[in-house]
Amino acid sequence: MSTLEIKDLHVTVETEQGTKEILRGVTLTLESGQTHAIMGPNGSGKSTLAYSIAGHPKYTVTSGTVTLDGEDVLAMSVDERARAGLFLAMQYPVEVPGVTVSNFLRTAKTAVTGEAPKLRTWVKDVKGAMENLRMDAAFAERNVNEGFSGGEKKRHEILQMELLRPKFAVLDETDSGLDVDALRVVSEGVNRAKESTGAGVLLITHYTRILRYIQPDFVHVFVDGRIAEQGGPELADRLESEGYDRFLAETPVEA
Amino acid sequence: MVPDQSRAERRASFDPADFAVPHGREEEWRFTPVDRLGAFFRDEATGACLDWQEDLPEGVTVTTLPVADWQALGVPKPQDRAAAVAAAHSGGVAVVDVPADAELTEPVRIRLSGNGSDLVHGHLLVRVGRFARATVVLEHHGVADYAEVLTVLAGDGSDVTLVSVQEWDDAAHHLGQHDVVVGRDARVRHIAVTLGGGVVRLNTNASYAGPGGSFEGLGVYFADAGQHLEHRLFVDHEAPHCRSNVEYKGALQGETARTVWVGDVLIRAAAEGTDTYELNRNLLLTEGARADSVPNLEIETGEIEGAGHASATGRFDDEQLFYLMARGIPEDEARRLVVRGFFASVVARIGVPEVQERLMVAIERELAGEAA
Repeated sequence: MSTLEIKDLHVTVETEQGTKEILRGVTLTLESGQTHAIMGPNGSGKSTLAYSIAGHPKYTVTSGTVTLDGEDVLAMSVDERARAGLFLAMQYPVEVPGVTVSNFLRTAKTAVTGEAPKLRTWVKDVKGAMENLRMDAAFAERNVNEGFSGGEKKRHEILQMELLRPKFAVLDETDSGLDVDALRVVSEGVNRAKESTGAGVLLITHYTRILRYIQPDFVHVFVDGRIAEQGGPELADRLESEGYDRFLAETPVEA
Repeated sequence: MVPDQSRAERRASFDPADFAVPHGREEEWRFTPVDRLGAFFRDEATGACLDWQEDLPEGVTVTTLPVADWQALGVPKPQDRAAAVAAAHSGGVAVVDVPADAELTEPVRIRLSGNGSDLVHGHLLVRVGRFARATVVLEHHGVADYAEVLTVLAGDGSDVTLVSVQEWDDAAHHLGQHDVVVGRDARVRHIAVTLGGGVVRLNTNASYAGPGGSFEGLGVYFADAGQHLEHRLFVDHEAPHCRSNVEYKGALQGETARTVWVGDVLIRAAAEGTDTYELNRNLLLTEGARADSVPNLEIETGEIEGAGHASATGRFDDEQLFYLMARGIPEDEARRLVVRGFFASVVARIGVPEVQERLMVAIERELAGEAA
């Protein structure tokens, strides 16, 4: 049983107009096996939360803490966080020319577990996970994200989640840009990974659509860098019918 | 100085006196640190040599040819003063002959090394008979000021791969002119691998002795602080239905690391059915490095299959690094993956396993040097 604890997190980013505070005190606790949905309008800071947890150098944490089973995540480098059990499924995964998916997956697995996976079982695991995600075997020999369609990129992200078996996975708008078939396949992959690893999931999304396939235990509404409201799955239903207008109206307009 | 109207009008001569000593503002010298290269322009013999070690497959011979006899073969002429001086004062041409119809299963290996003596004028001719298949690997090591003229005459229907590896010590300077004459229906691959040397400048010129020929020019270079690595290519399409494809990739790391790539392609009026493409990519691993990349395409006929070029120089992509590190891969390993990946396409095309393996090891070493 693991706990990812985010306490009063404040995060800034450098822009052309100067330093801008994006997260203004986020507090959230995830336990293994739980699914938390973070919903909110564009620009509310959802992705910033995801990247801050993963340690992207663009974001500066000015105060607050993130701990994984009591360990200070913010003191860890990006790769250390991944090895500690954190995973970020990216919204826009980058191309890595000349690096094949199979080489990349094996290198990542070796890094995360600290030893090279046993060849026989590894090949079987990869093949099985790819079949489950309806990915063609030839996919493994393509270069990472190079020429991938939007749907292929997201499947590839979830493939990594299944194979790397993190303690906590942050899914940053994994549903955006997917048609309903791809959404179903990807959601099944997330559910499968959760079931087999007991991972906690932080599901960041703009739409309620994916919540039909991945049941959240908690829903948090993100507005202007803070959690404006939280509740159970019923909150998602309410957002579905009402949209975010109610929250946006409460937000004071900044000069 | 009047700039060249066309690449075709660039001066070519066997006589050093036909070329002024460059001052560095000429089109063909504008990127080169000529002030470090004075010895290369002195019109006099030195008698100095590189140490020569050869590994010749059966049937392959090495002989010496008087310079006048080399000229009489109708070879391409030197195109700058350094090449003209080298050809004039070499004292003789080392000729590697691969007989007609030979199919070499092992490469011809020639290892040249310098011990820091006077300027060396080197002059080589690789002659591959018709329908022969051969790979020649030429390696350069040690410390030298080396002025080189290399001519490759690929017979009709031959299949030739020439690899020139520059692994000089940092104190070395190397100016080379490589002329590749592609026979009718011949396929020639010229591969430059430049990793070591203070100043290395290779001018590679390809021309076609008949229709149906194919030239591939591949290059990999890795410049560290203080190194100037320059590759200039000129593909002269005069015969019809010939192909050329050039791919050069370079990485630079360290303050003052400097690379230059110039790719000139000329498709003359007679060269109908030409198909040509050239590509140069540079990866800047650190601040303070500089890569120049200049593709030029001149087309004098519309009756061609295709002609294109691409050139790009980019910084190391921190988003790639983040992506790999976010999967648990430590930073130095992630950097290695990205750089290896960058070179992968061109290395895969080299097709000479011993060169590919050594090159990847050398790239790892270059990257490890950065970490140290």
